[in-house]
Amino acid sequence: MTATIERGAATAPVPAPKSTPTRKKPGGFLGSSNGKKAVMAVTGAVMVLFLLAHMLGNLKIFLGKDSFNDYAHALRTLLEPLLPYRTLLTILEVGLVASVVLHMWAAISLARRAGKARPVKYVAKKPQANGYATHIMRFGGLTIALFVVWHLLDLTFGVVNPKGFDSAPADRMIAGFEPSRWWVTLIYFVAVVMVGLHLRHGIWSAVQTLGWANRNRYRVLKASAALVSAVLVVGFLAPPLAITFGVVK
Amino acid sequence: MSRYTEGPEIRDAKAPAGPIEERWEKRKFSAKLVNPANKRKLTVIVVGTGLAGGSAAATLGELGYNVKSFCYQDTPRRAHSIAAQGGINAAKNYRGDGDSIYRLFYDTVKGGDFRARESNVYRLAQVSVNIIDQAVAQGVPFAREYGGLLDTRSFGGAQVSRTFYARGQTGQQLLLGAYQALERQIAAGTVTMHTRHEMLDVIVADGRARGIIVRDMVTGEIERHLADAVVLATGGYGNVFFLSTNAKGCNTTAIWRAHERGAYFANPCYTQIHPTCIPVSGEYQSKLTLMSESLRNDGRVWVPLRKNDTRAPGDIPDDERDYYLERIYPAFGNLVPRDIASRAAKNVCDEGRGVGPGGLGVYLDFRDAINRLGRDAVEKKYGNLFEMYERITGENPYDVPMRIYPAVHYTMGGLWVDYDLQSTIPGLFVIGEANFSDHGANRLGASALMQGLADGYFVLPTTIGDYLAAGPFGDVDDEAIAEAEIKVRNKIDRLLSVNGTRTPDSFHRELGKLMWDYCGMERTEESLRKALERIPELREEFWQNVKVTGTSEELNQVLERAGRVADFFDLAELMCLDALVRTESCGGHFRAESQDADGEALRDDENFAHVSAWEFSPSGEPVLHKETLEYEYVKMTQRSYK
Amino acid sequence: MNLTLRVWRQSGPSDDGRMVTYKVEDVSPDMSFLEMLDVLNERLILEGDDPIAFDHDCREGICGMCGMVINGVAHGEQRATTTCQLHMRHFEDGATITIEPWRAAPFPVVKDLVVDRSAFDRIIQAGGFVSVPAGSAPDAHSVPVRKEDADAAFDAATCIGCGACVAACPNGSASLFTAAKITHLSLLPQGQPERLSRAKAMVDQMDVEGFGGCTNTGECTAVCPKGIPLETIARMNSDYLKANAK
Repeated sequence: MTATIERGAATAPVPAPKSTPTRKKPGGFLGSSNGKKAVMAVTGAVMVLFLLAHMLGNLKIFLGKDSFNDYAHALRTLLEPLLPYRTLLTILEVGLVASVVLHMWAAISLARRAGKARPVKYVAKKPQANGYATHIMRFGGLTIALFVVWHLLDLTFGVVNPKGFDSAPADRMIAGFEPSRWWVTLIYFVAVVMVGLHLRHGIWSAVQTLGWANRNRYRVLKASAALVSAVLVVGFLAPPLAITFGVVK
Repeated sequence: MSRYTEGPEIRDAKAPAGPIEERWEKRKFSAKLVNPANKRKLTVIVVGTGLAGGSAAATLGELGYNVKSFCYQDTPRRAHSIAAQGGINAAKNYRGDGDSIYRLFYDTVKGGDFRARESNVYRLAQVSVNIIDQAVAQGVPFAREYGGLLDTRSFGGAQVSRTFYARGQTGQQLLLGAYQALERQIAAGTVTMHTRHEMLDVIVADGRARGIIVRDMVTGEIERHLADAVVLATGGYGNVFFLSTNAKGCNTTAIWRAHERGAYFANPCYTQIHPTCIPVSGEYQSKLTLMSESLRNDGRVWVPLRKNDTRAPGDIPDDERDYYLERIYPAFGNLVPRDIASRAAKNVCDEGRGVGPGGLGVYLDFRDAINRLGRDAVEKKYGNLFEMYERITGENPYDVPMRIYPAVHYTMGGLWVDYDLQSTIPGLFVIGEANFSDHGANRLGASALMQGLADGYFVLPTTIGDYLAAGPFGDVDDEAIAEAEIKVRNKIDRLLSVNGTRTPDSFHRELGKLMWDYCGMERTEESLRKALERIPELREEFWQNVKVTGTSEELNQVLERAGRVADFFDLAELMCLDALVRTESCGGHFRAESQDADGEALRDDENFAHVSAWEFSPSGEPVLHKETLEYEYVKMTQRSYK
Repeated sequence: MNLTLRVWRQSGPSDDGRMVTYKVEDVSPDMSFLEMLDVLNERLILEGDDPIAFDHDCREGICGMCGMVINGVAHGEQRATTTCQLHMRHFEDGATITIEPWRAAPFPVVKDLVVDRSAFDRIIQAGGFVSVPAGSAPDAHSVPVRKEDADAAFDAATCIGCGACVAACPNGSASLFTAAKITHLSLLPQGQPERLSRAKAMVDQMDVEGFGGCTNTGECTAVCPKGIPLETIARMNSDYLKANAK
């Protein structure tokens, strides 16, 4: 038997990539892709711990405005009088900012590296591994970063908050999510879900990157990552939704 | 070419005399050593990177020689040794089941149907022990028992458990071990690797092999590489049949062109046909896939009693089935050696009782095993093989019996070498399947891996020193290089200039069919004469009518194939001639005229206890040199499996 | 079967490439994918055209030489199967099949579907071995190995070096390939002396070659014809971090 053939039209030509640049040996641990991955894992872990604490604090709003305001104050007077006002908080904030910056630096650097590793894209590409979350890490990260800027302007500095900077934290929060500002709640909703998806992959991925995963642990690991993500999503969404829908006033 | 002349006898002058167990020690001691400082000045070319070539290049590099390694694949790890499934024999006697070096030696000589050299086989058995040590130290993950020690199994009808294995991928794991050793030497700078390079000629100057001509398969450039010695480890020539279990790229070009330069070709007619392969499914078939022999431990082989029975296998009642192996060989049943099982399958198919498309297949049925052991137990033992079968055929062997048919698997013949593995061209060494030395007329299961690694890790690195001790051999005569290069270029130009109407593959397919029909499992004087008449005609047509597209200055897979097919024609002719001259049956070579009353192979020790070493002659009339085989230790007997 | 093939054609490393369409009729469902291409190539040759160049050798799924991205999936959609073992019965009559080479900067296209994977060899050269010269080995039974370790080492060692992991990875990472070899040797007692230096050297070489980093998407293991598990990458990471902590 033979097959018969018929040639069809060709697509537009795709230029070949310029010859692969010869790369130098990575400059130390932080220059290596695995080193950068470790940085992402460690800084990611710092941020997850922060988010858990942050979420617990937010939930205080359900115990009343005073409880929330007291908590906000307590953060600033931690370890007083051993340390001056707002010292420990500032240190924590610096650590957190450093983590964010390092996490983003590593992510950008790895993304650029990945881009260079595939100069010609596939005409057809069908992902085989399941997990939507896996494929939107970079997009998710970017969304979260933009949201954090808005979030700080809104509730930390009060720049875009109706109550302004010189108000009590609980007032800012309640004003920020009042029913008329439903769209703020919506932005918040989307962002928090994005955080959840980011962490669902990020948490177990960090454990894998640090070399603690193995075939016996994957199930537990992935389930734990999903659980932590779900708790954070619910914990973070509860206060704004309660405010927007008038449960908390 | 049914004409040939007979030349003087040839002898192996390198094997020391004396007790067989002392010969290798003696040779190692008598071989001259090369001063370490001199090794760096000596260049050795190794062609092929399978078990033999890969391990040889790595070991020569470790010893300090300046090594150049060549392969036609994109990386040395692809060589076809990788496809060996079953295992590797070694006389370790870890089981205490009565194995010994002597027993492995005895089994191999007998299994080879008394057509192998005793000295070589004994050395192979001795060295087998070191191979396992070496492989384990390299990290080859052999199967182990719960106590942490190595597991072994009995294989290919051996009565002792001497086969070490790594699931069904022993060849892969051993080859990767050799590959890693080779890459280590490449990193160390002792070996220079040339991948995607095909060897097209040997440079012989002043009576010595001094280099090779290769084609860079990416740029098409013809390159010359010079050395003090050349080692060929380029595998077997089973692809002369087009359909075989060999990789698509396996070819005879390297050894054939060395043969044209003066290396004798020994026993070209000895081919091994493996009984359990997946049958051909159509004209387009490009290769045959082996199913592990272990399947015969539980599967029962049968065909319908009636001719041209088209019923589905499940509809044929037991009393209308012929379990022919159990019937003819009650003692061994389905476990008879490869050559016997293969021929029996051919016989029932010739009677018109074969099954499947074209009637070329027999059933290998697991129904009884599933009933006896349960489906789970069968799945545990053979699950991956069943999956592979289903992937290829689309049939589920748990429900429908497998169909199998014999296929060409291994070639025992190859370039003639002495005890030092040196061919008749001084400085040209040949190792692994490419030489003829250790398996006689039939190779036992799990012995190919053993031979390749024995040659590469342990034998050649010692014996080549004896030759190289006299080197370096100085500048190579320019004329000899130029002559070889021109010969190569002319052949390529000729192939490109024909511009006919048939593809190289269509010729290869036709040649393969011809070889299978006339020089396959059963050969007769008539069939061989017919082949010897037909091959030159087809070759003539090839050179008049082949179509090779493209140019030689690019990656051109059509050109590569055409060159290989051209050499297969010449080799095929010599194979048929060798088969014609050897009127006895022995091992993988079955001449219908020479069989006993029961239809079993009948050797003729009176006239054929010799190696047939063929010398190339440009006139087309090769010269036969016989090497008499003497058996001091193993008495020649007729094999029987009844 | 009648099929439409869209195949990547590129005559040399620095030439422009493009997708070219071929209609193929009368394809037998029992053909392997490569046999289908063989038949197409035979026709192309007879018509004086350049046949489609593709790498292949053993055609039984073990040498690792073949490999193409078929309909967006490395080695095609059938799991745990190399291109050479893929058969046409898994395609629908009338289907359009897109065929592309492995795409990664460290795997430059040589011609059509043929790519240069020598970067893998250089990763092995960096340390993917046990340094043991021939003839220097102790008796094979002198060091027992736990069966579980030997089996797990074997699972990792079955890698055929085809490069599908790189082709499938959205980052073009060679982590699965590298991790398979690191895991194989790091699980065995014979591999211990060089364990950490090996991991460091091989991972660093992966960077030098220009492969991307791993983001644990699992695409690699999903297309791997030998099913090399993702946990090998965790082990590689662990060994690499330990090597750097020293």
